[in-house]
Amino acid sequence: MNDSQKNINELPSKPLVWNDPKYRAMFFQILLISALAYFFYSIVQNTLDNMNARGVSTGFGFMSEPAGFDILQTLVPFDSTYSFGRSFIVGVLNTLLVTGLGILFATILGFLVGVARLSNNWLVSKIATVYIETFRNIPLLIQIIFWYSLIVGSLPAVRDSFSLFDSFFLNQRGINIPSPHYEDGFIYTLIALVIGLITSFIMKRWARKRQEATGQQFPVLLVALGLILLFPILVYFISGSPITWDVPKLGRFNLQGGATVIPELVGLLLALVIYTAAFIAEIVRSGIKAVSHGQSEAALSVGLTPAQNLKLVVIPQALRVIIPPLTSQYLNLFKNSSLAAAIGYPDLVAVFMGTTLNQTGQAVEIVAVTMGVYLLVSLLISMFMNWYNAKMSLVER
Amino acid sequence: MYVTDKILPELPAPSNSKGLIHWFKVNLFNGPFNTLFTLLAAFLLYKIIPPAIEWAFIDATWFADSSSECKLENGDRKDGACWAFITNRFDQIMYGFYPEEERWRPNLAGIMLVLLTIPLFFKKTPKKAWLGGFILVIFPFIAFVLIRGGYFGLEVVDTGKWGGLMLTLIISLVGILFALLFGTILALGRRSSMPIVKSLSVVFIEFWRGVPLITVLFMSSVMLPLFLPEGTTFDKLARAMIGIILFQSAYVAEVVRGGLQAIPKGQYEAAAAMGLSYWKSMFLVILPQAMKLVIPGLVNTFIALFKDTTLVLIIGLFDLLAIIENVLGSDNAWLGFHTEGLVFAAFVFWMFCFSLSRYSMALERQLDTGHRN
Repeated sequence: MNDSQKNINELPSKPLVWNDPKYRAMFFQILLISALAYFFYSIVQNTLDNMNARGVSTGFGFMSEPAGFDILQTLVPFDSTYSFGRSFIVGVLNTLLVTGLGILFATILGFLVGVARLSNNWLVSKIATVYIETFRNIPLLIQIIFWYSLIVGSLPAVRDSFSLFDSFFLNQRGINIPSPHYEDGFIYTLIALVIGLITSFIMKRWARKRQEATGQQFPVLLVALGLILLFPILVYFISGSPITWDVPKLGRFNLQGGATVIPELVGLLLALVIYTAAFIAEIVRSGIKAVSHGQSEAALSVGLTPAQNLKLVVIPQALRVIIPPLTSQYLNLFKNSSLAAAIGYPDLVAVFMGTTLNQTGQAVEIVAVTMGVYLLVSLLISMFMNWYNAKMSLVER
Repeated sequence: MYVTDKILPELPAPSNSKGLIHWFKVNLFNGPFNTLFTLLAAFLLYKIIPPAIEWAFIDATWFADSSSECKLENGDRKDGACWAFITNRFDQIMYGFYPEEERWRPNLAGIMLVLLTIPLFFKKTPKKAWLGGFILVIFPFIAFVLIRGGYFGLEVVDTGKWGGLMLTLIISLVGILFALLFGTILALGRRSSMPIVKSLSVVFIEFWRGVPLITVLFMSSVMLPLFLPEGTTFDKLARAMIGIILFQSAYVAEVVRGGLQAIPKGQYEAAAAMGLSYWKSMFLVILPQAMKLVIPGLVNTFIALFKDTTLVLIIGLFDLLAIIENVLGSDNAWLGFHTEGLVFAAFVFWMFCFSLSRYSMALERQLDTGHRN
């Protein structure tokens, strides 16, 4: 036996404890946990001490106290006698309102610009490119302030409002529009709408089954449009037009009646839509380009019409690429709507983290709740995304 | 039978299949719809561009000592832009309230940074890694001492006096530096085999990615003072920086994780088979490859961070936008030139972001080695 072999035989069969990856990992993780525990313990302790010293009480008791301030735009009834908890709900609803409208318009504009960028019309595609490169490289906050100040600065005072048909008014305080007032009979129209939706859904399943069985196609879209749009409209008129419109009237200094869209909402919405649409356009473009040309050629050569090719081959495949980044843009829009605070649109951050925090001084609770709302929505949407991705991903053999 | 015995001379192509007319026909007027679109687009441009040029250049007032030169005799504004508002207050827009006689210090730091960075863009520079390390590790200290002062007889300039474009650049550069450091650690943590480390990293990353930056800034400005032992005061700028770094490192972590996942498993196995420890295999084998892959993504994260620095306006720091919006906007001598200020700020940000995004695209092409797995 020579020296080296002897050495190998003499090595311990197991590594030493401090060299064993298993024990090392355990040791390291215990260390990490205790460090974190100490960190959080000292933070909580310091916070309690500090709040005691400042005479701030902890807990959510303040939520039921009267708020004592008014809010510019409320979707549910609110005035200064309502509680802080109610102001929180007003803030959440306003955030959801601007997010919902923003997503709707940004999607439409983004798809238009994205398709325009792929257009073979040189001028149109160059304009789309310039649009994208300009607006996505300017900070959103600047755009929000810019549009808002443009709206407030360039529109006329109330008494000189622009008016359309004497029922729509545009002025410094926003847009005044007629607001609907529902009467009892309106319920029939709603019932008709629900019936239309359900029958279209059943019809779609039936049409697909029939196509798979016999190969015959059924004009689902047209019939569904008829069921969802025409049928409720018909019922609406038969039941005697049960909506009356509350039209705004121009008084000496004020507009009376109707509903007002405040300029803060318009400015914020405009900036969010223009900014997000620039990103959506790029997503749409790359999604459409990701469908290889061979797919269209194959579809046309098996005899599909160009419209069918687009509907059955290109769009489904492009959507697979488009939807994940599109959702993250929607999430961004939702989070970006918090910049409303800069121009005073009463969203969750402005109402709750701004006014309510200043009134009550309950910093920890309010910041935690506000962040919690955003976190909850973000996590819900990303859970939905994971589910959707798993459902839509290519199943390969 | 006719057989030609001489070669015919080449004829020029028909006039409608080449040249400007052909190009117009193919690119602008092929078909009624496209013609309609072209005309609409041209009309739109006609409506926007000439008035914009007239406002921004032809009718503009470039230099003036007081705002009255931008106004008509009856006190109304002239039609054109009043860039004199910008040129007159240019120093403040660049440096905020930084004392005038000390401004050579941030200038020097800036020039040093530019001179040190330029060699990195040339392929032949020797010892690039050392130079890069110097910029990332040692230079920040030099810059801090220069700009803040307090050593070597330099007068202390409090962070409250920093402002303007200088502050915007400082926040974004320091932000990306630390975000890169923490983000890489977090990305490694998320890929770790240790369950507790992994889940902590996931929770940390998902938390910061799920909330808007403005709530983070609010948190760091109202809650951080509460977290610290009684009596400790904390610099306002440092508080904002902590918020931005925490927020941005989560985004950097996701970008770096993308790079780590793109490295084939064989690389990890080969490093382990060579007997490299975890840290050695990461620093010598995996990270150099992964980082190269994610440089474009990191540049995009930096662009986002750069645009996000404008949010410090809301917690009362005086970055470029805040100086224009809040300081100059309420300056009585120059009241009513809000639009010019915003357009200028937008232009400055646009220039930085656009050139960075072009750079990242060029880098992507350059680094694309054609390997696709």
